[in-house]
Amino acid sequence: MKTDILISSLYVFALAAFLGYQIISRVPPLLHTPLMAATNAISGISLVGSLVTAGAEHSTLSTILGVIAVIAATINVVGGFTITERMLKMFQDKLPSDSPKDSKDKKEEKHS
Amino acid sequence: MESKYLIEIAYIIASTLFIFGLKGLSHPKSARNGMNLAAMGMLVAVVGTLLHHEIVSYTWIIVGLLVGSLIGSVMALKVSMNALPQRQAISLAFGALAATLVGVAEYMRGGAELGSFKMTALGFEVLFGSITIAGSLVAFAKLQELIRGTPLTFKGQNIFNIALFTFTIGIFISLIFSPGNEIMFYVMIGLAFLFGLLLVLPIGAADMPVVMSLMNSYAGLASAATGFALNNNVLIIAGTLDGFSGFILSILMCKAMNRSMTNVLFGAFGGASEEQQAIEGVQREVGIDDVAVQLAYARQVVIIPGYGLATAQAQHTVRELAEALEHRGVIVKYAIHPVAGRMPGHMNVLLAEANVPYSSLYELEQINPEMGATDVSIVIGANDVVNPDARDNPKSPIAGMPIIEVDKSKQVIVLKRGKGRGFSGIENPLFFKPNTGMLYGDAKASLAKLVQAVQQA
Repeated sequence: MKTDILISSLYVFALAAFLGYQIISRVPPLLHTPLMAATNAISGISLVGSLVTAGAEHSTLSTILGVIAVIAATINVVGGFTITERMLKMFQDKLPSDSPKDSKDKKEEKHS
Repeated sequence: MESKYLIEIAYIIASTLFIFGLKGLSHPKSARNGMNLAAMGMLVAVVGTLLHHEIVSYTWIIVGLLVGSLIGSVMALKVSMNALPQRQAISLAFGALAATLVGVAEYMRGGAELGSFKMTALGFEVLFGSITIAGSLVAFAKLQELIRGTPLTFKGQNIFNIALFTFTIGIFISLIFSPGNEIMFYVMIGLAFLFGLLLVLPIGAADMPVVMSLMNSYAGLASAATGFALNNNVLIIAGTLDGFSGFILSILMCKAMNRSMTNVLFGAFGGASEEQQAIEGVQREVGIDDVAVQLAYARQVVIIPGYGLATAQAQHTVRELAEALEHRGVIVKYAIHPVAGRMPGHMNVLLAEANVPYSSLYELEQINPEMGATDVSIVIGANDVVNPDARDNPKSPIAGMPIIEVDKSKQVIVLKRGKGRGFSGIENPLFFKPNTGMLYGDAKASLAKLVQAVQQA
């Protein structure tokens, strides 16, 4: 493996690490659970590695490993984004301005 | 050759969208749009990859994608918000499994011909991967209560773990010099797996927020290492973002407990209770009606939820109580400790699920100055995060941990399942204070009774 590939990979790693630090420190504790689910979904990007392994037909064993990896990574991607959306929907539905109306509706339901 | 460039362009687009997506999470208003961007990025990356020249057959890929999507969406739609930590743990294991398997397949392909750079990357990939698989599975088993949540320890554990770790790293280094030694490669994976098991088994369930964040970090680093091995930048970027997110969260969690990472990982916290002074005094039990009257005529009430809220699935009933109080003009606020629950931010999601507007959720630093002006604090299934010993008693096992200072409010009501010491095994002097009233029993049932009593008061 050539050294310049290693160097450029390390560049990408260092910059991503710096950027990650900057972005993630701005996420409020309120959204830490969605953040974990979301980063988990995004790291399901290892799917792209699995796809090549599953489709390359190097050997039967490597195809089997690849397919299991595709399944596992897809569970993460699809599951991760779905559950993040489920959580964030709950946060978004009650923006401070909407919430009084929201609770009024609830009360009316109860009285009826 | 052209497909190669198309793929690279797809990956650049995907990386950019991921970054914008995570940036959206800085506020609940922009979060959903952000996640849509990130999901789009994922789609672009996957479609781009399908153009890869090495892919010759799509049959198994399609099968894998379909099976994975089905399992993934069913899991994500069916899981209750109370079980989020378990779901997160198991999905960390899946992510790490994918990375590890790709690593193994790459190793089988390259074998003795692997260069030392690629071998190093593959080594990190399978090491982080198998530690994460094992650790997350143990975390899952503890959270799901398949195994006891209390720390599992044996004599000389730390020394054994360190020896195991050193030995594993030794094999790793030897593999970098002679990558052809197949048996050693698999032994290394096995040992790393064992290390992962032994790392998390001694950690108590109350420390799970740290473990979850740490496993999150390892899973991300495994993906990043895959990127190094496959010379794939989008993998490096996404993996690093994930790795750093987990790392930052674990530091935040440690800070919130005033403990170092080493202490969490090797301290076997909350184990067999040592010589702990039994606290003199009595716990004052209170009745529903008394509490209801106190609440109904209070000016400000602060609710402090803990993991007990999740186990009792009482978040909706809490909301009803708050609603009944707000109806009477009482100001109700929620105080969320960073380590309340079993994963970072768990309480916020539970309360959001119960339609609590996030404007009434307060962080530790925001609520503490207000505690003196609070008439009644209601502690629901929380213990250590309100333990005044952390502030007052330098000998306490949790000394220095920032707490929500409920003891400064005029009255404290503690909802607790029984009289026991609770999860960490640490005595809590709060329960013995004269202005503290204990309400024993299932939190959900007690809260439901309180709602009725407040409505009639």
